[in-house]
Amino acid sequence: MKKIQILGTGCAKCQKLTENAKTAAEGLGIAYEMEKITNLNDIMAFGVMITPGLAVDGQVVSTGKLLSPEEIKKLID
Amino acid sequence: MNWKQEWKPLAAIVAVFAACYWLPVDWLRASRRVENAFWESLHLVKWYAQEHVLLCLVPAFFIAGAVGVFVSQAAVMKYLGPKANKPLAYGVASVSGTILAVCSCTILPLFAGIYRMGAGLGPARAFLYSGPAINILAIVLTAAVLGPEMGIARAVGAIGFAVVIGLLMHFFFRKEELAKAQAAVALPEPEVARPLWQNALYFGSMVGILVFANWGRPTDATGLWHAIYAAKWTITALFALALAWMLVAWFKVGKWKMLIAAAPVAILVVAVPEHPILPFVAGTIGLSTLTATGKDDDGELREWFAVSWDFAKKILPLLFWGVLVAGALLGRPDHEGLIPSGWIAGLVGGNSLWANLFASVVGAFMYFATLTEVPILQGLIGAGMGKGPALALLLAGPALSLPNMLVIRSVMGTKKTVVFVALVILMAAASGMIYGALF
Repeated sequence: MKKIQILGTGCAKCQKLTENAKTAAEGLGIAYEMEKITNLNDIMAFGVMITPGLAVDGQVVSTGKLLSPEEIKKLID
Repeated sequence: MNWKQEWKPLAAIVAVFAACYWLPVDWLRASRRVENAFWESLHLVKWYAQEHVLLCLVPAFFIAGAVGVFVSQAAVMKYLGPKANKPLAYGVASVSGTILAVCSCTILPLFAGIYRMGAGLGPARAFLYSGPAINILAIVLTAAVLGPEMGIARAVGAIGFAVVIGLLMHFFFRKEELAKAQAAVALPEPEVARPLWQNALYFGSMVGILVFANWGRPTDATGLWHAIYAAKWTITALFALALAWMLVAWFKVGKWKMLIAAAPVAILVVAVPEHPILPFVAGTIGLSTLTATGKDDDGELREWFAVSWDFAKKILPLLFWGVLVAGALLGRPDHEGLIPSGWIAGLVGGNSLWANLFASVVGAFMYFATLTEVPILQGLIGAGMGKGPALALLLAGPALSLPNMLVIRSVMGTKKTVVFVALVILMAAASGMIYGALF
């Protein structure tokens, strides 16, 4: 079970990243749990200043970038 | 029934009912105010469409998009990190809004990050204050609609006061040791695609197009300003040529594609020299096509177009409604909308302390959707608002709003938020008084 977290206050880029992450996880066919973290203080707790951020199993793997589903697949695996 | 929640709709219903009950229908009809307001809003929308969309907003969207794609936020954040040199951090924080803060949803995370993990309270406040006021789109539209002095005063005021407010906040709360967030700052590695001077020239060419295409006709027909005005399309064309050359040389746009895109522009220049706007439109379409279908490996050009397009999609509807509402309520300059000019002149006319303070308090609490502060302010000035109070509203307005205060409070607590809001209001009022006395 992978835990995928999207860090962002709800801007367009963050929503697009959520969509792409969903596509990526479903493309891999793995069991996953998706969480959107929108509270600023919680985002800070990850050490992310530039949104959108992506964390897998609690580890930040990307910040400030809108990744494509292909790129996310590599990061999830 | 839970009255803690239900009181809001109840209050709204009572207020609307009372307004309907005493609606001055006959008076409105007799004074023709509603009818006027309707035509005023249409006039204002038309004026914006004719004067400000093509030459001013379209290039500004491309520049804002380029900033989003080609300027690395991570590279700037290096100067605002925990080990940052303090004086430098204030300087960088107060100006980086121009390039970092094109969208308000990026400002708050950056602010919280600088505060909790980076250079600390002072630079974070400086950034939060100047960020929304000095983004490229805001300055360009302010200068184009309200006059260059107002645009410059807005930029200079925002940057200067950002530093002062940051330092004061740092001074007031210097004894408080901040529990820094434990998490290590996660910043993406800055990607260096091309040297700084290439980026500088590239942005320079676009800013050149923007500035000279919008060069206003000076009042007297002699001197340097008029010479520039007379040659403005030639100068704009030279900047456009430079941009085209750079796109081919550094951004891997195909030579032949560029020639095909440039051909209609050249043909229109020769065929209809009396309508410079036509080649400008053709050039915009050409640039959009080239960037939207760019085939470079890292997808920079496509991203540039996508981000610019995103801004256009987000901001144009806001501005459209903003202009319509401002036109209906306040009318064009020298015309009246729904609100009698006398009221405006009475509240914020002249340059008194009261007028400046009132403008900055209203600005601080009111929420302005991106850029709508400009048409609203234009309406207010036309209805008799003084120039000082106008600047006060510009300096206090976009930086603060009630929803934004609530978020700030959750990050740094009530006490600091109250001090910050009070500082912004006082500084904005003071700068309004100074500006009003000078101009």
